[in-house]
Amino acid sequence: METVLALETMKEGHDGSGMGIVMKDLGGEFEGLKGFPILSGICSEQGLDAVDRYMETHGFKAKYVWAPAVREVPGVQRRDHYFAKVYQYPESYLDRPMSEKEDLLMRTRLQLRRMGEEDESIIVFSFYPDVLALKEVGDPLEVAEFFGLDRDGITAKIVFAQGRQNTNYAINLYACHPFFIQGYASMTNGENTAFVPIREYLMSRGFPGYIGYNSDSEVFTHILHYTVRQLGYPLHYYKDVITPLKAAEMDRRPDAGAVRLMKQSLRSLCIDGPNMVIGFTPDGTCFMLQDSKKLRPGVVGGVRGKYALMSEECGVDRAIPKRERPEDIFPMKYDMVIVSPNADKVRVWNQQQG
Amino acid sequence: MEPAAGVRLDNNHKLSLREFPYIVRWRDDRCKRCGRCTAVCPVKAIEATVKVQRTVKSEGAVPTPVASRSVIQVVEQVTDMERYCVGCGSCTLVCPNEAIEPEFNPQNKLLHYKNKGGDAYKRGGRRNDPALSTLDRLKFTRISMLTDPALDAGRHEFRVRSLLGRILPPEELPLTVENGRLVVDKSSGKFIPPVREIFPIMIGSMSIGALSPPMWEGLAMGVAYLNEVENIPVVMCSGEGGMPPRLLRSKYLKYFIIQIASGYFGWDEIVRSLPHMVEDPAAIEIKYGQGAKPGDGGLLMAQKVLKLIAKIRGVPQFVDLASPPTHQTKYSIEEAVAKMIQSMSMAWGFRVPVYPKISGTKTAKAVLNNLARNPYAAALSIDGEDGGTGAAYNVSMDKMGHPIASNLRECYLDLVKQGKQNELPLIAAGGIGKRGNLAANAAALIMLGASAVSVGKYLMQTAADCFGDEYNRCNLCNTGKCPRGITTQDPKLYRRLDSDKVAERVVEVFKAADVEMRKIFAPMGRSTEIPIGMSDGLSIDDKAMAERLGISYAC
Repeated sequence: METVLALETMKEGHDGSGMGIVMKDLGGEFEGLKGFPILSGICSEQGLDAVDRYMETHGFKAKYVWAPAVREVPGVQRRDHYFAKVYQYPESYLDRPMSEKEDLLMRTRLQLRRMGEEDESIIVFSFYPDVLALKEVGDPLEVAEFFGLDRDGITAKIVFAQGRQNTNYAINLYACHPFFIQGYASMTNGENTAFVPIREYLMSRGFPGYIGYNSDSEVFTHILHYTVRQLGYPLHYYKDVITPLKAAEMDRRPDAGAVRLMKQSLRSLCIDGPNMVIGFTPDGTCFMLQDSKKLRPGVVGGVRGKYALMSEECGVDRAIPKRERPEDIFPMKYDMVIVSPNADKVRVWNQQQG
Repeated sequence: MEPAAGVRLDNNHKLSLREFPYIVRWRDDRCKRCGRCTAVCPVKAIEATVKVQRTVKSEGAVPTPVASRSVIQVVEQVTDMERYCVGCGSCTLVCPNEAIEPEFNPQNKLLHYKNKGGDAYKRGGRRNDPALSTLDRLKFTRISMLTDPALDAGRHEFRVRSLLGRILPPEELPLTVENGRLVVDKSSGKFIPPVREIFPIMIGSMSIGALSPPMWEGLAMGVAYLNEVENIPVVMCSGEGGMPPRLLRSKYLKYFIIQIASGYFGWDEIVRSLPHMVEDPAAIEIKYGQGAKPGDGGLLMAQKVLKLIAKIRGVPQFVDLASPPTHQTKYSIEEAVAKMIQSMSMAWGFRVPVYPKISGTKTAKAVLNNLARNPYAAALSIDGEDGGTGAAYNVSMDKMGHPIASNLRECYLDLVKQGKQNELPLIAAGGIGKRGNLAANAAALIMLGASAVSVGKYLMQTAADCFGDEYNRCNLCNTGKCPRGITTQDPKLYRRLDSDKVAERVVEVFKAADVEMRKIFAPMGRSTEIPIGMSDGLSIDDKAMAERLGISYAC
């Protein structure tokens, strides 16, 4: 709720057409269920039956079900079931490596999505251990009330929330930030002008999870996933992929040779902004970066153990009023602010110096 | 009935001027009979002649007509189709009194008659179709408005650059992580193909030979200046016919793409220069086809093979230099083309991108797919039906070939399907700047999927005032009688052209195109990478075209 209230202070920056929340490193009732995947979604009566049947047939055993204590509010149209179901992996997967488990979870999520896509009977946002996602159309504060976030004791170390969803396309829950894939999440402000070539490039990678794109911002999450998980690059190269340096700037980098090759090979993933991206990775690292024109706001501020990455300063003030404000970080075009897991350390990685 | 013998007073055997594509309007009252027009006419379509004029006068109160005869001097257009007025307008340019001007005659029957002796009509130029091309119908309709701030073409930093060369997919890059940083793993032995960063508008292949020395030199000087002074990395293709040996051995070679075509003209000298080269060329282009005359080889008519050309090409003077329609060694794309690409790569130690150029065709995708599987193929250049040429049969130019827009688009989408859209750059050519919209046409093709475009004809027009247009104006390139001195080897003609002025214009044209590209990309929110394949930015006012190109329809 704290995050939503902070979001509310930035009300002038969103149009209240929707809100999404993705939480990671959960506490409360999820504390003891860290190793088990959580399926977050929305279903109709019929859809829920279909989900249960599918999961059972495929060997997933439900361990725990959480549902928000929904309170009707005028601005939000209620659907049948909002849920986060915790499952045990199928037996044949219990001893498999995490990467194989991740692929199974993603395939399952995609299959469920396909099953309910046409009649909107099944909408699934994430299926991953220790990650919960809630999304609904409406004003963020009302949506938060609707989900009962002000009453429910659900807690998480990382909470991503974004109000407003992509307005270029039809209002669709799948277009609602933050986006999530296999442990990687991101949300963005701004519009992605290079959306179509990036989408075409991602979709032609042969990776089944690169679909959807109801929002032009979903590609940021998938580029993050592709860069770090698929290509195995350290996180800060995400910045080099989406906002590559000029040739002369690159020459000063100690890893110039690699960065030069990357820029060519990943040319199609260069964003042109204007965008500010906030994201997290499976280990709990959070980051904020700007595109090379730095036309969007973004600020990181807080105290050891608690940092807020927000579009606007007023949001940080609301979330963490007691902090050294002069130490707030406003990342510029070469910067990537990286907050280590557990918010222990914040560092600014400068792209020019590498 | 037998035809009348002797002099035929009805002139039935003669063509009337209405059959001719251009009718010369000559004004008796302005002409001072200096003879400049008849002297300059490249085809001798007009001549100074005398006529007898009979005048009847009557003076006095009662009609008393008196006839008198006088001889007058006139400038007359001949009615011989072999000397038809090409409409170049050189006569108008030299006339001190504005007394003469050719006028286009849309009812002309040139093609009915221009085959005397069974010789099919040959000419230079490009397809004579003045209609609006697909490229000129494309509009940029995705404008960044309130949801995202538009960029400022004057303030924001723009990179209007593209890549020429085979690009490895990221999965194949020899990179490893060491101490949290990526490093190039040199021990992997992985071949990293050469890639050049270029300005996305290239100067297409026009040979030294087809072009006069000052024209070629002017282009080359302009290119060097753009690179060295303006920091706009424009590259230029030599065309088939070699390059001046001094340039081959100079540091400026890096701005040139050397073409090898089916006649291999000029390659003796290139091979001899190899050990003396101080720089690698920008690339090697293997010409398999030309958009203006698909299926035809190059043709340099004997009258253009003068001493300098003969020397550079390694041939005797005054012989027709015809390149075969296809490379004699080419019997299959799988083997022969691959071998040629590899041989050319090997000649420069695999440091130079080597790519084929084909004419636009329905079979382009077959070529493309073969190249996509060849790790040494550096790009594919596709030359559409509106491409130009120095000499070809009219029928080839007018009726053969494939429009570039859909040909390029289907090739790009085919690469997208395979996930190779960033690996094999596509170069589009043919009709870019046909109506003067150089930057807009280039940007539209880029957004359809081209990595770069090539221009030739447009540059002749803009940098050297070529008279040619799509109404068959001038188009004398094949005859060696170019009135502007652009496509001739006759010193009397080419001394009209100042290579410094050509170079200056080349620089101006590219600087302006650079600005215009920014003015297109900025409102669309693109600045750091050119928007290759950004098809959502384009619209066209024709539903069938929109569907074919996979873009939106707007009206």
